[in-house]
Amino acid sequence: MNSRIASVAFNTFREAVRDRVLYNLIAFALLLSGAAILVGQISIDIERLVVVNLGLTAVTLFGAVIAIFIGIGLVSKEIDKRTLYTVLSRPVRRWEFVVGKFFGLTGTLVLNTFFMAIGVFLALLYEAHKLEKSDGWVLVALYFIVLQFLMVCALALFFSSFSTPLMSAVFTFALFAIGSLSDDLRGFAGIARGPGGWMVAAIAYLVPNFSALNVINRVAHGDPVPGRLILYNTVYALLYSAMAISGAVLIFQRRNLK
Amino acid sequence: MAAIEILGLEKSYLVGFWRKRAKQALRPLHLTIEEGEVFGFLGPNGAGKTTTLKLLMGLVFPTGGTARILGMDLDDPQVMAQIGFLPEQPYFYDYLTAQELLEYYGQLSGMAAKDRSSRVQKMLSRVGLQDSARVQLRKFSKGMLQRVGLAQAILHDPRLVFLDEPMSGLDPMGRREVRDLIQELRQEGKTVFFSTHILSDAEALCDRVAVINQGELRGVGAVAELTSQLHGKVEIIFYGQSAPAALITLGAVARVSGDMVSAVLMEERQDAALEVLRREHLKLISLTPVRSSLEEYYIQKLQPAEGKAAGA
Amino acid sequence: MSATRRVNWAASAVLLVSMAGAVTTLRAIDRIRRGATFQEALYIRSSKALRRMSLGYTGLLADIYWTRAVQYFGYQHHTSSTDFSLLAPLLQMTTELDPRLLPAYQFGANFLGPKPPNGAGTPEKALALMNYGIEHNPDQWRLYYNLGFLCYTELKDYSKAADAFARGAKVAGANPFMSVLAARMAQHAGEFDTARMLWRTTYESTKDPQIQRNAVEHLQALRVDEDVTRLEEVVAKYHQQSGTLPASMSGLERAGFIRGTPMDPTGRPYQLKSDGRIEVQDPDRILFITKGLPPGMASPQPKVAKKD
Repeated sequence: MNSRIASVAFNTFREAVRDRVLYNLIAFALLLSGAAILVGQISIDIERLVVVNLGLTAVTLFGAVIAIFIGIGLVSKEIDKRTLYTVLSRPVRRWEFVVGKFFGLTGTLVLNTFFMAIGVFLALLYEAHKLEKSDGWVLVALYFIVLQFLMVCALALFFSSFSTPLMSAVFTFALFAIGSLSDDLRGFAGIARGPGGWMVAAIAYLVPNFSALNVINRVAHGDPVPGRLILYNTVYALLYSAMAISGAVLIFQRRNLK
Repeated sequence: MAAIEILGLEKSYLVGFWRKRAKQALRPLHLTIEEGEVFGFLGPNGAGKTTTLKLLMGLVFPTGGTARILGMDLDDPQVMAQIGFLPEQPYFYDYLTAQELLEYYGQLSGMAAKDRSSRVQKMLSRVGLQDSARVQLRKFSKGMLQRVGLAQAILHDPRLVFLDEPMSGLDPMGRREVRDLIQELRQEGKTVFFSTHILSDAEALCDRVAVINQGELRGVGAVAELTSQLHGKVEIIFYGQSAPAALITLGAVARVSGDMVSAVLMEERQDAALEVLRREHLKLISLTPVRSSLEEYYIQKLQPAEGKAAGA
Repeated sequence: MSATRRVNWAASAVLLVSMAGAVTTLRAIDRIRRGATFQEALYIRSSKALRRMSLGYTGLLADIYWTRAVQYFGYQHHTSSTDFSLLAPLLQMTTELDPRLLPAYQFGANFLGPKPPNGAGTPEKALALMNYGIEHNPDQWRLYYNLGFLCYTELKDYSKAADAFARGAKVAGANPFMSVLAARMAQHAGEFDTARMLWRTTYESTKDPQIQRNAVEHLQALRVDEDVTRLEEVVAKYHQQSGTLPASMSGLERAGFIRGTPMDPTGRPYQLKSDGRIEVQDPDRILFITKGLPPGMASPQPKVAKKD
């Protein structure tokens, strides 16, 4: 079982890496990190702030776009295009396929983030000419960003299990946007009353909470991130991804492939 | 043990805007295929051939009935290890090379690493792709893709091989090679189940065939029987300008080409016909039994039978 | 179908467990992040920039900032914080994005003026907010009410309050009590009845639970002040009549000046002190009272009352 999952994961990873879209997006993100340096020159005294803020935001946004495109391309399109027929007629179970895809996708994104992170650190180095201890917190911010990608991949897989490539991309992107505002959603839920309030609360808690995983502003100012938050966020991201993946498995189990 | 037992397998879809109307892609199908036979599944496009195959592969779930392969339920993972599948107009991972694809599929089929590489190479040679082993699949022509498809279907040496329109997209050379391959598989003792609408292939390769149309099984039978069953005719070719009246009286259908006449009539009248020729002093060139073609059986089975409501 | 069914059960179990776990963890995360989020809420302090970035959806943004303002105040109040510095900016952002978000002005009138932990302690900002509101919504009589309320309760400027109520009374569709309040401000500003009328009006004209609770606490305090004043007058009369101070509350009762033992709104009897003053038994329990406090105790008390 594990070797099959590993095979699917590795193949997904290989397919993603050879897809040229990936390179375009990475190049773009690196460019943006470079642009951060330029902007930093313009606004005196806050160069470091700008580099970290802009760089990390670029990593987040581009990474999310990559996650969605690759995720949809590698799963939804695959289901659409009947590549799956010859795969699923082998001893690979459907759930192994879903899980393997997930690992392959996240592996791709981790690698991706790694390269973009190098871009950010190079920009930081260029700006400050040396790295300080407080820059270590940038790594935590990057770790949180990777956790976000985990959840995005899981969601992309979930939607791909029942919906067309285009709609899956739209839904995942929508949840990414909503999830970034989830704090306010829960604020609304706190105020709303009656049965409508229950529904808003349900949505507010089930929407992926990306705002908790966004500590960019904090690390830009060199402030530390509490250890408890790191632990809880990790647990949350893992649980949420597990939820989306198990949903994907359940749906995919009964799906008639056209 | 039967290789494949199809017990009332049925598939219907809900169509229409509100998904209220049922469309029957496959009416309850009962069919048994024995191990070691080459079985042809004939029918026009949209008849339900591909649906049946997808049901057997577990890609689509039946709305009724069951099936067993080698005595096991369809979703038993051991079944998958014993079967190979080539879908119609297959589509593979673009960015992999042929070799990488087969390696990947070998891994998924649980082949041990040592056997895998050598088998991959062997399969590639067997389908004639050894020179393109390291070319990415997106550069492959349709015929080459078909061969890769065949290679992955037999890669893990399965007991049963399922092929959906294996000849489609191939030039005559390619088709000949596929026919040879199927013959080889048969000699290796494998069971081959393939769907096609090219009857000459079916006639040449299959032990038994089934005809399906509009989701319904119309007939099953051994090729040998079917082709001799309907008509026992003989064709008499002789030198002449026309067929003598006496032959026509015997019920012969005559055709003249150049200075030869071909007359086709029932086998029982054979002796009487030869007698006519002798009397008329016509020189006999040849006398051969005419096997009726599978085509006739096929076309006959495609008509809705009298008394049976069409589309019922 | 056993293999498939096993997978389905396992996947369903994982789904439910991880869903429950995710929601629980999320609540834990929320508790950790409480303080941090409010600062981040004002990362963008310029409403003009925000307006441009909102691509025209200023209404929604205003609603979001309003929600944040209410939550912020609630949280700071609940934790007895002394720092309410973000309340004014949050309310300003809200009203700059949507000047017609009327509840924001009422909230500001009630909570920007009082000192922490009951408010932000910036009555001048509250005044600025009221005027901003009236400038943009001159036809809303409630804004004049808020202004008058603010002038009366925090600024203690009774003539300005009267003026505000009068102006509001002239607006079409204004509630008749506006003119009544205007009159009372002019003549009977310092009286208990006036204050009581004002707080009761505030209580009845809002649905916001925080404003309501605040009004109730003020009405209670008024009752205490009134009771203490009346009781001290009774003690003075007794002294006048008998030449001595009463020894105890029951002494007053026996002499026929009062009936029964007077209780404060928390159900505790008022205390008669040896120097003739009346005191509340447990002053920490009632907010905002200006009478009945032990000598030297600052009034009004700056800390949050203990809950019973």
